[in-house]
Amino acid sequence: MALAFDEFGRPFIILREQDQKTRLRGIDAQKANIAAGKAVARILRSSLGPKGMDKMLQGPDGDITITNDGATILEQMDVDNQIAKLMVELSRSQDYEIGDGTTGVVVMAGALLEQAERQLDRGIHPIRIAEGYEMASRVAVEHLERIAQKFEFDINNFEPLVQTCMTTLSSKIVNRCKRSLAEIAVKAVLAVADLERRDVNLDLIKVEGKVGGKLEDTELIYGILIDKDMSHPQMPKHIEDAHIAILTCPFEPPKPKTKHKVDIDTVEKFETLRKQEQQYFDEMVQKCKDVGATLVICQWGFDDEANHLLMHRNLPAVRWVGGVELELIAIATGGRIVPRFQELTPEKLGKAGVVREKSFGTTKERMLYIEHCANSKAVTVFIRGGNKMMIEETKRSIHDALCVARNLIRNKSIVYGGGAAEIACSLAVDAAADKYPGVEQYAIRAFAEALDSVPMALAENSGLQPIETLSAVKSQQIKENIPFYGIDCNDVGTNDMREQNVFETLIGKQQQILLATQVVKMILKIDDVISNSEY
Amino acid sequence: MPIDKIFKDDASEEKGERARMASFVGAMAISDLVKSTLGPKGMDKILQSTGRGHAVTVTNDGATILKSLHIDNPAAKVLVDISKVQDDEVGDGTTSVVVLAGELLREAEKLVASKIHPMTIIAGYRMASECARNALLKRVINNKDDPEKFRSDLLKIAMTTLCSKILSQDKEHFAEMAVDAVFRLKGSTNLEAIQIIKKPGGSLKDSFLDEGFILDKKIGIGQPKRIENAKILVANTAMDTDKVKIYGARVRVDSMTKVAEIEGAEKEKMKDKVKKIIAHGINCFVNRQLIYNFPEELFADAGILAIEHADFEGIERLGLVTGGEIASTFDNPESVKLGHCKLIEEIMIGEDKLIHFSGCEMGQACSIVLRGASHHVLDEAERSLHDALCVLSQTVNDSRVLLGGGWPEMVMAKEVDELARKTAGKKSHAIEAFSRALVAIPTTIADNAGLDSAELVAQLRAEHHNDGCNAGIDVISGSVGDMEERGIYEAFKVKQAVLLSATEASEMILRVDEIITCAPRRREDRM
Repeated sequence: MALAFDEFGRPFIILREQDQKTRLRGIDAQKANIAAGKAVARILRSSLGPKGMDKMLQGPDGDITITNDGATILEQMDVDNQIAKLMVELSRSQDYEIGDGTTGVVVMAGALLEQAERQLDRGIHPIRIAEGYEMASRVAVEHLERIAQKFEFDINNFEPLVQTCMTTLSSKIVNRCKRSLAEIAVKAVLAVADLERRDVNLDLIKVEGKVGGKLEDTELIYGILIDKDMSHPQMPKHIEDAHIAILTCPFEPPKPKTKHKVDIDTVEKFETLRKQEQQYFDEMVQKCKDVGATLVICQWGFDDEANHLLMHRNLPAVRWVGGVELELIAIATGGRIVPRFQELTPEKLGKAGVVREKSFGTTKERMLYIEHCANSKAVTVFIRGGNKMMIEETKRSIHDALCVARNLIRNKSIVYGGGAAEIACSLAVDAAADKYPGVEQYAIRAFAEALDSVPMALAENSGLQPIETLSAVKSQQIKENIPFYGIDCNDVGTNDMREQNVFETLIGKQQQILLATQVVKMILKIDDVISNSEY
Repeated sequence: MPIDKIFKDDASEEKGERARMASFVGAMAISDLVKSTLGPKGMDKILQSTGRGHAVTVTNDGATILKSLHIDNPAAKVLVDISKVQDDEVGDGTTSVVVLAGELLREAEKLVASKIHPMTIIAGYRMASECARNALLKRVINNKDDPEKFRSDLLKIAMTTLCSKILSQDKEHFAEMAVDAVFRLKGSTNLEAIQIIKKPGGSLKDSFLDEGFILDKKIGIGQPKRIENAKILVANTAMDTDKVKIYGARVRVDSMTKVAEIEGAEKEKMKDKVKKIIAHGINCFVNRQLIYNFPEELFADAGILAIEHADFEGIERLGLVTGGEIASTFDNPESVKLGHCKLIEEIMIGEDKLIHFSGCEMGQACSIVLRGASHHVLDEAERSLHDALCVLSQTVNDSRVLLGGGWPEMVMAKEVDELARKTAGKKSHAIEAFSRALVAIPTTIADNAGLDSAELVAQLRAEHHNDGCNAGIDVISGSVGDMEERGIYEAFKVKQAVLLSATEASEMILRVDEIITCAPRRREDRM
């Protein structure tokens, strides 16, 4: 098959070692790819929505993750198939761009593939399907824009934001205290948000977890939390009005980078060296003291002698603080990171109202709180929970909630959740289909049907009759011409998502549709798969 | 062509019912494993390590047992994890939490089999656990304001904790010890200040709490064995060669005489250092690092007691006890805070010589010397004592206490049962199941003691029908009795942690509908 003959009848090789490779082409290739994509989507389908189930993932080292976050599941799944890997990428890019809706995007793509398969069976050329999808996605995105609503909130009235975050959190295991977590997330985002520029730098929010306590103990700290303690056990544990010197140079003898040797060949040299050494530590500590620092945070270690000198001069110090944390501390306290002792000046010191050490539980775990910083634009969400898996999952959920809040600050438009937006789009796309002459019409209709699969999955996971529920909601939307009706997952008794306060961000939803369409188009365009059969 | 695999070669996937079954089975197996160690008459387990020497541990501490198991089942790992957290957070109840989680899952399995959706079960469990917690809160006893009563509460808690362990024979003795030690901490939860020294020999009864501080070290040769009114310098400094720390420095000489000179200078340097140390006006010097023979000799000459190689914790504790600061430079003797104590002497415990510091300034730290027939006994005794200390130190901060002996479980079960009757919908089945799972704990306690659990639990349930009843299972006499009279108390914090983390863990396992196992990482060194 991969063998051709030139004009003299000699074979020449197009594919090297073709007997070791498998090759799929034409419709078979598309079918196989679609099947792979669908398989991935099927795994995630049951995790969608507030009643979605979790997956337990056992990593290569036997470690366990329990989650229902689509991106996390796919990333840890040890996928081998190329197309399945594409789906993983898809969910990851949704995670990077929006941070939420990572499950939805994969389910959507899976549904689109399923519909495409049906169209292929009808004999429609894959490229035409792809084009039809493209048109349909444009219609859907435009329609979303139309039905989107402006969402009003300001710094004093952030209740609407909290509601949105609660929608996100309600599908996670942490929904037991979604209210408090949503508040924490919104407060954290508002604390670091730049409302003028409508931008939020999520790097300023640190999410720190510690096993123990209960989920309700999770708190937002206006400041920084570092998992370190004072370098000397007898240093003060509570410092008020701290002036912080942030150093990236160790309290150790200098280590020039160039290779060098100091030869000691006489007693005098030995003596001078010794003196210098003592002086060296003394000077380092004195310099910190001179500029008025009351706390030293250092990226590197301390020599025993330096440590004692620090202690002795009543200068508490923290060692081995990581680079990222150091930067955060610098931002929060308004200090500068100082790479050399010579460059320390009083202006470069960071300021914080209170620095305190707190210990937890029966083990000797201690953490350092830096609070009331000069520049409060850095906050920490401190998560407590029953076990490690719980903490990890809470971290992911908080991350999702943070992203949602950020997206809302960037763009105030929202659409209604619970499948309402999908149903509305499906109706719009279906109506638009008739206007397109040509084969694409079928593809556009297929797209509309694929959009239905999200609310269908939601209903299914919530234990409702999927088809009955969906058709009821759909007819309600058409009859009253209101795009707010969705699936009542929580059994509240109303389909009106406005009443239930279930929102999603407009950009999130648009991104989902666009990304899913893109990937499906890419998959449809593949007509030849060549792979090493060994793998 | 059907797509047959999307995962890597050895990766596997289990879905839906199978996945749930796998996690139920795994979790229940773990809970059954530790079940027999629950309660005062619980049995111990022998753990043999696969490492070199096949070290043997005998224990009935849930966390210790589970920590040393090699488990492959993912759901079982969740349970191991919660018991570890329970250990870290409150120190006791590590078995109960696993047993309760296992029972909750066992009940959940039945519900799932009768076609109730796991999410409904979770919702029911949540309501039940909230209600159970409130029920406990209503019945807590708080004696914080009455020191006399508070102390007796603590004693009773310690005894309850210890009675399920190897120390149960001498529980009064050990309970006294633990309470005394915890009171010395004055509300801090830092258990490091309590040093436990294990010395084989003698019997468990010979164990004692020492008000002072005992350092498991020897006094240098030729130095005084007994010092009164000691002034102690606690240090962390190199007393061997005191290298030049400037990087890349090295000694290069071209003749023997120079070697001698340098050596002289080195000695001089050490002498200087020792002199500076002596100038502090001390008569005891404790260093974290080694002290070489030469400085040791100098100290001996000056009549100073020098102790080398006290490990880091020892040093910290000593600093804490004597009130001295840990020094590393010795240039300003006037500003270094020295530690003080009335008497330092060498004492003998069994065959070992130890250094005993007594009459210290600050009484925060103390030492407990455990004696026992063998290492295994001592190890287990240490674990038991550690449990008791943890619970006590937590109770000092959160002084709410409850009665023990299955009483809290019955109180919760009654309250939860009532909730089930009031709740409409499928959730009520789950709530009922929760109460059944709670009752399983007193049942297990009774079973382990070889009693007729069905009879006793039924009696207990009847007793609890009356409001304000204090009945629980008295394992010693094998009957239902008033727990307040028998002095069986438990800490509220422990019970609450058991309840919450068991519910959380079972919820987590219930939510899973698919298990994906990655291919185990291959060892590359084989190739």
